[in-house]
Amino acid sequence: MSTTAQATDVVMRATAITKVYGGTHALRGVDFEVRRGQVTALIGENGAGKSTLMKILAGVETPTTGSIELDGEPVEFRSPVEAVAHGVAIIHQDLSLCPNLSIADNIFVGRERTRGAFVDFAAQRQEVVDLLAHLEEPIAPGTLVGELRLGQQQLVEIARALSEDARVLIMDEPTSALSAVEVEVLFRVIRELTARGVSIIYVSHHLDECLELAHDAVVLRDGNVVAQAPVAEVDLAWIVSKMVGRDESALFSPMPHDPGEPIFEVQDLIVADPDNPERLAVRGVSLTVHAGEVVGMYGLMGAGRTEMLEALAGRNPVLGGTVTLDGRDLTHASVPERIAAGLVLVPEDRQRDGLVPTLSVGRNLSLAAVSRYVRGPFMRRAVERLDVEATSTQVRVKAASQDAPIDSLSGGNQQKVVIGRALMTQPRVLVLDEPTRGIDVGAKADIFALMAAEARTGIGVLFATSEVSEVLHASDRIIVIARGRVSAVFDPRTTTREMIMAASDVSSSAPSTEDE
Amino acid sequence: MATTTEARAARSASAEQNKRSAGEFLLDQRAFVALIVLVIIFAFLSDAFLSPTNLITMTKHVAYNAILALGMLLVIITGGIDLSIGSIVGLSGIVAGVMLQGWNLSIFDSTAYPAVWIVIIISLAVGGLVGLLNGILVTRFNVAPFIATLGTLYIARGAALLISNGATFPRLQGDPTLGNTGFSFLGLGQPLGIPTAIWIMVVFAVVFAVLVTRTPFGRWLYATGGNERAAQLGGVPVKSVKVRVYVISGVCAAMAGLIIASELTSAAPQTGTTFELNAIAAVVIGGASLSGGRGTVKGALIGAFVIGFLSDGLVMVGVSTFWQTVTKGLVIVLAVMLDQGQQKLKDARAAAVAAQSVKRELAATQLSAQ
Repeated sequence: MSTTAQATDVVMRATAITKVYGGTHALRGVDFEVRRGQVTALIGENGAGKSTLMKILAGVETPTTGSIELDGEPVEFRSPVEAVAHGVAIIHQDLSLCPNLSIADNIFVGRERTRGAFVDFAAQRQEVVDLLAHLEEPIAPGTLVGELRLGQQQLVEIARALSEDARVLIMDEPTSALSAVEVEVLFRVIRELTARGVSIIYVSHHLDECLELAHDAVVLRDGNVVAQAPVAEVDLAWIVSKMVGRDESALFSPMPHDPGEPIFEVQDLIVADPDNPERLAVRGVSLTVHAGEVVGMYGLMGAGRTEMLEALAGRNPVLGGTVTLDGRDLTHASVPERIAAGLVLVPEDRQRDGLVPTLSVGRNLSLAAVSRYVRGPFMRRAVERLDVEATSTQVRVKAASQDAPIDSLSGGNQQKVVIGRALMTQPRVLVLDEPTRGIDVGAKADIFALMAAEARTGIGVLFATSEVSEVLHASDRIIVIARGRVSAVFDPRTTTREMIMAASDVSSSAPSTEDE
Repeated sequence: MATTTEARAARSASAEQNKRSAGEFLLDQRAFVALIVLVIIFAFLSDAFLSPTNLITMTKHVAYNAILALGMLLVIITGGIDLSIGSIVGLSGIVAGVMLQGWNLSIFDSTAYPAVWIVIIISLAVGGLVGLLNGILVTRFNVAPFIATLGTLYIARGAALLISNGATFPRLQGDPTLGNTGFSFLGLGQPLGIPTAIWIMVVFAVVFAVLVTRTPFGRWLYATGGNERAAQLGGVPVKSVKVRVYVISGVCAAMAGLIIASELTSAAPQTGTTFELNAIAAVVIGGASLSGGRGTVKGALIGAFVIGFLSDGLVMVGVSTFWQTVTKGLVIVLAVMLDQGQQKLKDARAAAVAAQSVKRELAATQLSAQ
């Protein structure tokens, strides 16, 4: 423990951290410092290594090489429990809560307050009531977490981290599901914590949040720290240029704007939240996709993007409204009927919903189009092979052969396989949910080029993303979704980052009729 | 069930607003309702069914199934399954049988006759050891619980057959001259007029209810089954929790094996075959989810009673054993169907209510736009 505690001395120092997963380097020798009572913003694109670094600092992952010092003492965290014991706590990006347990049980799981051999429920409940009151979210501590909306679940995560009384608190995308009001409350809490000498590591896609909160900014790209500076000395443009490493508009091929006839129409769509049926994920969305057009849909986590796209693909039941493609009503059609009609979804989570890990690259590609290669009871495998070959060239999959195992491919190439599979069904409308999630910059550019090329052949493309730069540079038209509604429609040529972000951030306290 | 009762209270409060129908209430308490319905039907069909003697006899039959179900419940809450318990029932009986008949210690060239309490402890420990093996296979070697316990199902049964050489050990009442009498108390004793087996079931049930609802270990069970990764990140010793539930389940099975051997005053190596399926059925009828995270002691007990009363009742009204088997299967499938149906019904209703209000809003905004 350092005795010379000044306002800006270093609490945590990570030196030359590397992390290798399989053959890929997630981190390549990162040096990182956290000062006492300061907010350090860690900034970078998807796949830059932010979450890996956070997991290492919090003991969730162990580094391949490198060391961590806490107040000058070398430490080694083999588990998150050891990290917490040293005063390092984390709020996870992907919510790690048990839906079948109550709020109080989740907050204290693994470190229950006990009296003798028994759990002291009264003490836990009181602590939780106080924590939630502090976060201005007075929910009954006995409520099941599975019954909370996403934002409230995120507050439960935050409350848990606060209850751990950490001196270094890592927040990995803490506001991804929060409303503007809830974000303000969180910021107030963060300022109270730093005033007490707690250090915060803040990771967020929302650069404006980082600029508002942080004292220091550290930018990661491709597993390296590429820049760091006091926030007072930098601006948004500086951060963006460091993140992307080049002028961001050069990333994507220019879009020809040549919309044809409207081919795909969604009218007043209402969809339930599959995790919490009392809540609606989509509350009356209408939109049109024209032939030859790429429509980009932007929205925060929990805005209803995924639920809506899955309903369009026939995986979530539609409670109200209509879906028509080429004048044909598909509102209640089955998934195969939709695919046959030309409506196909590239799902958000390719590992879970997109790929069959036990099949080869080629078999994954032809999976949705198998029925087209049937003659009598048999598959015409030669024709299938030819088509698979053609498609994998078209989507630029880098694989040894179409017989290679699917998990031998990188994330970006796996994503191209999922897109190629959708294209093999010869769609009229190609719907993609977060098509660039977790893939590298080069593959991103390939995928956007592919989307544009497909649109040029006369089909409609609808994609959803949570990255403003993508929606700005890869779409012909931008639709912003907030709290299950369309909150704005923009022309990307006359729109700024800030306008899109503002439209996506509809506060929860506003009456719901105000959205439109 | 502090959390579950709280949760249930919260849920029923919110459901109150939707004016819950009596039908939904009955669905919620379906295991209990099924038990009541069974009792009423059999009471009509057979005069003897509701007599105190018969109720006690039936409950005694329920007792060992209930003890098995309690152990299985813990495993199932963590998201696992234990197929080996039927074999452990047979093995523990045989182990007790060997020792009561005279434990041949060839290295000392003598035969030991351990006291009954030592016999009981060793038999329970053998059950616990098989459970430990299950736990190690599942946590250390990452064998799927279904496969690991399927393996130990055969191993434990084979061990029982090896020890007994396939034969039954008769006359386990012991010999006063050897000081090893008293084993029959477990299966035939009746303190305060109630069979010992029922007392054991009650004690186990109370201990398990407290364990599951009042201790950190209980929380860890539900956390592990609900979201293993979250539990691990939160500091729950997930592996040790899993090992412990298999050990507990093994000890429960050994207890059931002792009760049966004591009741029959003999131990057969084939005892307990397919008992694991009764235990799973009881736990599932009681509302537990095979994917983990859900299940209660009360539910598992009621499930064991439903299965026990059903088989005994069908015997009393003279239904053929073949039809008994079919009926048992139907009840299990029906229970799970109701479980799914209830969830769907609730979800669909909630979603429809919410959708209606949005449709009204949309209509209103369209009107005002015109």
